[in-house]
Amino acid sequence: MKRQRTLGPTVATHGALVIAALVVLIPFVWIAAAAFKTQIALLTGAFLFEPTLANFNEVLFTKTSEYLHNFANSLIVGTVSTAIVLAVATLSAHALVRRRAPSWLIHGLLGWSIAFHMIPPITMVGPWFVMFRTVGLDNTMTGLVLAHITLNLPLALWLMCVFVREIPIELEEAAWIDGATAPQLFVRVILPLVMPGLAAAGILTFIFSWNEFAVALNLSQKATATVPVAIAKYAQEFEIKYTEMAAGALLSAIPAVVLLLLGQRHIVKGLTAGAVK
Amino acid sequence: MTVLGSNELSAAALPATPAIRGGLLDRFWPGVSLAPSILLFLILTLLPIANLVVMSFHDITWQQGRATWTPVGLRHYAALANDPLFKAGIGNTAVFATVAVAVQMLLGFFLAVLTSRVFHGRVIYRTIFVLPILVPGIVIGAMWKLMYNFDFGIINQAIGLVGMMPRDFLGDRSLALASVIVVDIWHWTPFCFLLLLAGLESLPQDVFEAARIDGAGFWQELRHIILPLMLPTIAVTLLFRLIVAFKVFDEVFLLTGGGPGTSTEVVSFSIYRRFFTEDRMGYGSAMSVVTLFGLALLIIVAQGVARQMRRT
Repeated sequence: MKRQRTLGPTVATHGALVIAALVVLIPFVWIAAAAFKTQIALLTGAFLFEPTLANFNEVLFTKTSEYLHNFANSLIVGTVSTAIVLAVATLSAHALVRRRAPSWLIHGLLGWSIAFHMIPPITMVGPWFVMFRTVGLDNTMTGLVLAHITLNLPLALWLMCVFVREIPIELEEAAWIDGATAPQLFVRVILPLVMPGLAAAGILTFIFSWNEFAVALNLSQKATATVPVAIAKYAQEFEIKYTEMAAGALLSAIPAVVLLLLGQRHIVKGLTAGAVK
Repeated sequence: MTVLGSNELSAAALPATPAIRGGLLDRFWPGVSLAPSILLFLILTLLPIANLVVMSFHDITWQQGRATWTPVGLRHYAALANDPLFKAGIGNTAVFATVAVAVQMLLGFFLAVLTSRVFHGRVIYRTIFVLPILVPGIVIGAMWKLMYNFDFGIINQAIGLVGMMPRDFLGDRSLALASVIVVDIWHWTPFCFLLLLAGLESLPQDVFEAARIDGAGFWQELRHIILPLMLPTIAVTLLFRLIVAFKVFDEVFLLTGGGPGTSTEVVSFSIYRRFFTEDRMGYGSAMSVVTLFGLALLIIVAQGVARQMRRT
C-alpha cells in the first residue's frame, strides 16, 4: 500500500477529508462565535465583531442562573454512576468470561443485557418514575444515578467482557497455583491488567451519563436538573436569548472535548471494541 | 469485606498455600461478583417492564404522592389503533431511521476508505470526526436550531450567497423531517466512520498486496476484497446505528418538538408526550408496550435474515 503512490490521488484524498473535517468543525466554530457575540451582532450576521463575555457572565453568574448548580449535578451523577457501573461490570465480566456460573445464567445475563440496550430509554422512564415516586426517590439524585447505572451497565458489561477476555488465562492459573483466593486473584491480577479497558469504558460511560437527556428530563426537578435538562429548559423558556443559549451549549461540551483530547485512544478503543475483532 | 482483609493478612504472613483458601467470600465469589448485575437488572429493568405491562391495563392518577389504579382492560390498546400521533410517529421513525442510517453508512464508509489510504494526519482526522459523537444530543439540537434560524442562521446565510431565498427549514412541513435527518447525519456519520475505519485497519494487508501484484484496480479491490472482508463489521455497524436511530428523542425535542403538525413526530416523543406532558400514564404505558413488541419483532426478523444470508 505504501509504494507507487502518485501525488494526484493523495491530494484529492486529503482534499475530500479536509472538506469533511470542515463540515464537522464549522457548526462548532459558528456556535462558539455566536457565544461571544452580542445579540445585535448575531442578528445582523456580522462576520467581524467585537467579542464579549456578557453571555457567559449571564449564563454562569447572575442570581437567577442555575447553570453552575446544574454543572455540579451532572458531575456528581456522572462520576458516581460511572464508578458504580465500572465496579459492577468488571466483577460480573470476569465471572461471565471465565464461566464461573451455570450456562443458562451466563447466556441469560448477557442476552438480556444486549436486549435491554436496544430498548428506547423513554419506555423505561415511565415505570421508573412510578417506582421511584412510590419509594420516595422521585426527583432525587439517587434516583437519577440508579437510572444512569442501569442505562450504561449493558455497554460497560459488554466492553469489560471484551477486555477481560484478552487477559491470558495462564496468569490466572499461575496465581491460583500460588494459592491466591478468588478475591485476591480479582484484585491483584485482573484489575491491574484490565486498567486500560476500565479507562475506555469509564470515559464512555461518563460521557453518556453527561449527555443523557430523556431520562434526566423526567426524573429530575429544578434542584436536581443536569446540564442537558437545563439547556433544554433554557431554550424553551427564553427562545429569544440566542447568544446565551450558544454560550450554555459551548460550556456543556467542555468535558467531552477535554476527555477527547486527553483520551482519544481510549475513546476510539471503547467505541470500536466488540464491533471489530 | 472482613473476610477479604483476613485472607490478605494471612496470605502476607505465611507463604501462600491452598489451605488458606475457603473463606466465605472466596467460596461464594462467583455469586458475589454476579449478584450486583443480576439484582440491578431484576429490580431496575425486569420489574419496571412487568410494571409497564400492568400499568397499560390501568388508568393511573396521583394524589399526594399516592397512585390510584383503575382497571380499564384493553381500552388503551384499542384507542392506540386510532391514535393519529402514534401512527405518524411510527411512520416518521421508520423514514428517519432508514434514510439517516443509509446515508450515514455510505458517507462513513467513503470517509473510512479515504482515511485508510492516507498516512499523514490520520489521527487528526479521526479526532475531529469523533467530536460530534461526544457532544450531548440536546446541545446538537440547540446548535442546529440556531444554524437553521430563518433570520440569522448560517445555513440561510450560505444559501443566500448563492442567490437562494431563505427557507424556514424547521417550520416548513415539507422540509422539517429532512432537516432533522440532516442533523442526525452530521451527528452520527462519525460513528459509522469510526467503526468502519477500525474494521479496515484490521484487514490483513497481504491480501491487498497480492491483488495489486495481480494488477487489480481500486474498484476491483473494493468489490472483491474490501466489501466481502468487511461484511461482518458493516453488519454490526448497521445494527448499532439502527438501534440508536429508533431511540431518537433529544434532537427532535429542541429542533421541532414533533412539529409542525405531526411532520417530525417520532415514537419516543409520542410516548413522552402522552406519559408526562398529558399525564396519561396508562395510555403511555400501552404505547411503550406496543413499541417494545414491535422492536422485539424487528430484531427477531433481522436475526432470521442474517442467519439466512450467512447460509447462502
